Amino acid sequence: MNRTTLDLWVGFFVALGMAALLFLAFKVGSFSGAQIEHTYQLQAKFDNIGGLKVRGPVKSAGVVVGRVADIRFDPETYEAVVLLNIDTRYTFPKDTFASIYTSGLLGDQYVGLEPGGDERKLATGDTIFKTQSAVVLEKLVGQFLFSKAAESQDKK
Amino acid sequence: MSDEILVDIDNLQFDYGGKPVLQGVNMRIPKGKVVAIMGGSGCGKTTLLRCIGGQLRPSAGKIDVDGQVINEMSRSQIFAMRRRMGMLFQFGALFTDLSVFENVAFPLREHTRLPEAMIRDLVLMKLQAVGLRGAKDLMPNSLSGGMARRVALARAIALDPSLIMYDEPFTGLDPISLGVIGQLIRRLNDALGATSIMVTHDVQESLLIVDYIYFISGGQVVAEGTPDEIRHSRDPFVHQFVYAEADGPVPFHLKAPPILDDLLQEVGRV
Amino acid sequence: MFNPLAILRSLGSLVVNKIARLGHASRFSLAVLLNSGAILRRYPLTLREIWFSGVLSLIIILVSGLFVGLVLGLQGYEILQRYGSADALGTVVALSLLRELGPVVAGLLFASRAGSAITAEIGLMKTTEQLKAMDMMAVDPVARVVVPRFWGGVISMPLLAAMFSSMGIFGGWFIGVVLIGVDDGSFWAQMQDAVDFRYDVWNGFVKSFVFGVAVALIAVFEGYDADPTAEGVSRAITRTVVTSALAILALDFVLTSFMFRGTP
Repeated sequence: MNRTTLDLWVGFFVALGMAALLFLAFKVGSFSGAQIEHTYQLQAKFDNIGGLKVRGPVKSAGVVVGRVADIRFDPETYEAVVLLNIDTRYTFPKDTFASIYTSGLLGDQYVGLEPGGDERKLATGDTIFKTQSAVVLEKLVGQFLFSKAAESQDKK
Repeated sequence: MSDEILVDIDNLQFDYGGKPVLQGVNMRIPKGKVVAIMGGSGCGKTTLLRCIGGQLRPSAGKIDVDGQVINEMSRSQIFAMRRRMGMLFQFGALFTDLSVFENVAFPLREHTRLPEAMIRDLVLMKLQAVGLRGAKDLMPNSLSGGMARRVALARAIALDPSLIMYDEPFTGLDPISLGVIGQLIRRLNDALGATSIMVTHDVQESLLIVDYIYFISGGQVVAEGTPDEIRHSRDPFVHQFVYAEADGPVPFHLKAPPILDDLLQEVGRV
Repeated sequence: MFNPLAILRSLGSLVVNKIARLGHASRFSLAVLLNSGAILRRYPLTLREIWFSGVLSLIIILVSGLFVGLVLGLQGYEILQRYGSADALGTVVALSLLRELGPVVAGLLFASRAGSAITAEIGLMKTTEQLKAMDMMAVDPVARVVVPRFWGGVISMPLLAAMFSSMGIFGGWFIGVVLIGVDDGSFWAQMQDAVDFRYDVWNGFVKSFVFGVAVALIAVFEGYDADPTAEGVSRAITRTVVTSALAILALDFVLTSFMFRGTP
């Protein structure tokens, strides 16, 4: 085999491989994890986080603005402490409301931030006090059955 | 020619898996001579050659090549020594993925930084010496056995070695190729001022070209001498070897219990 | 004849032999790594080996990748549409290819296409005394013959796995979007949403790199260690394919349990 033909084939092969890798990186995957490079950390306490997981998204108005960094249990207040890494490009008022939602009926859970009207902004290490826990399906069904039962008793 | 000694082998012993192959070989190979080492198949001739090349380490004894003890050298020292050695393997051992030209150029490319034009000239000269300049673009698998061995010979002398070793250079060749190789070995040795060691069991061809012969049997040198001395030797082993007799000191039968015992035992089992 | 002592003895010698072979393989691997500087000095040789194990494996990798993708598209759609979530087809195809099928199937194909060829080539060079001759010419066969083949394989394998996955995703897209009629936008959008670069693409790449190292090392070792006979070489080739397949599957389990644990 001729040297230049060989070089040509190997070059073609490596270029094809690189193209495949780029395709996988940009077209198939998204740099969602890597895109947020500079973050600041907030803390939020919930009574119940449901199925929220580390690395789950943090969204505001449906846009991903950060990731769940860590989830801990506070043994004194018996609450879940969720650490959020928020993109430094975005800031939120002090009275921002954090809730845990489910995407779709059975999808993954995420943290939703709804900004309030405060002038002061949340900074690194701050805690979000206004939170709403995850909706637990069993509790919801239980409440529904309970209220139905109460209704039918009232009618009697 | 001087009588300076190039290779001095002293009480060389070699075990293979606990089985002794060489048991105290003594040899002195003078500079500029062609020396043959002969013996039956499996007597340890090739082992001896590979000990000289440093590919095998003897269990005892000493191999001295040009004042340096091979079996006490480090690997890099052995590599440095091997650049001054050429070896022709039994079936040539040409690199099958390289052309004839590239095979001969291989040692030059690996060990020198010569410009391409000079490598080309050297390779063509070596190929001319073995008469195969016309085959430079062929691949080894399209060469006959004799041609492959001549190319391998050109490769072995590419770096102008001072010691050339031949492992069974005559095996499997037709009479013409055999004569060609024999003449080449002699001519190249004298032209390069080199020393040659040839391991073979082809007596008649060797007697024509060598200066001295050692016979090995049972891991030891059993006879030695110049071709004339060997031809007229009264030693029964040498006589059997030179005149190719079936039975003699080297028995026709492998050691076994008497045949009658063996046959009766077979019947007894049925 | 049943003889417990003899059985025990043969078992013992078997274990000792296997351990000795493992030791030999480890020493050999170390020699390969120590001599790896040779690929820079002899880069044309490495280039030739990339051609040998990479370019020559292109066809089988691309065609197999396409078919695996087509099957994934059909099967994935068939199952997903039962739950009314055919839009997630892109996610299913991409994740299964990137995380598992791409590296593993490409690794198995690579072992049987390139690995066996490497073993055969080195084994044949050994049989015809080419390695000994090289050694006698003061050229280390490990540096000249083994190292370029090893790195050629290591470099080719991740690229082949990436091509396999890309081709598979294209196959899944072709079945799902072009033939069945899943919405093109949601196919890609759902895929991009679910596939994380670092988590899925990168981990898959690491897997294929590790498999490449394993297969290339097994292939060069079996070739270098083969009995110098025709039968010995053919047995070495069989061992390369079998050992590589086992190594890929076992390593896949180990890597998966490290990479994809606990997190979504």
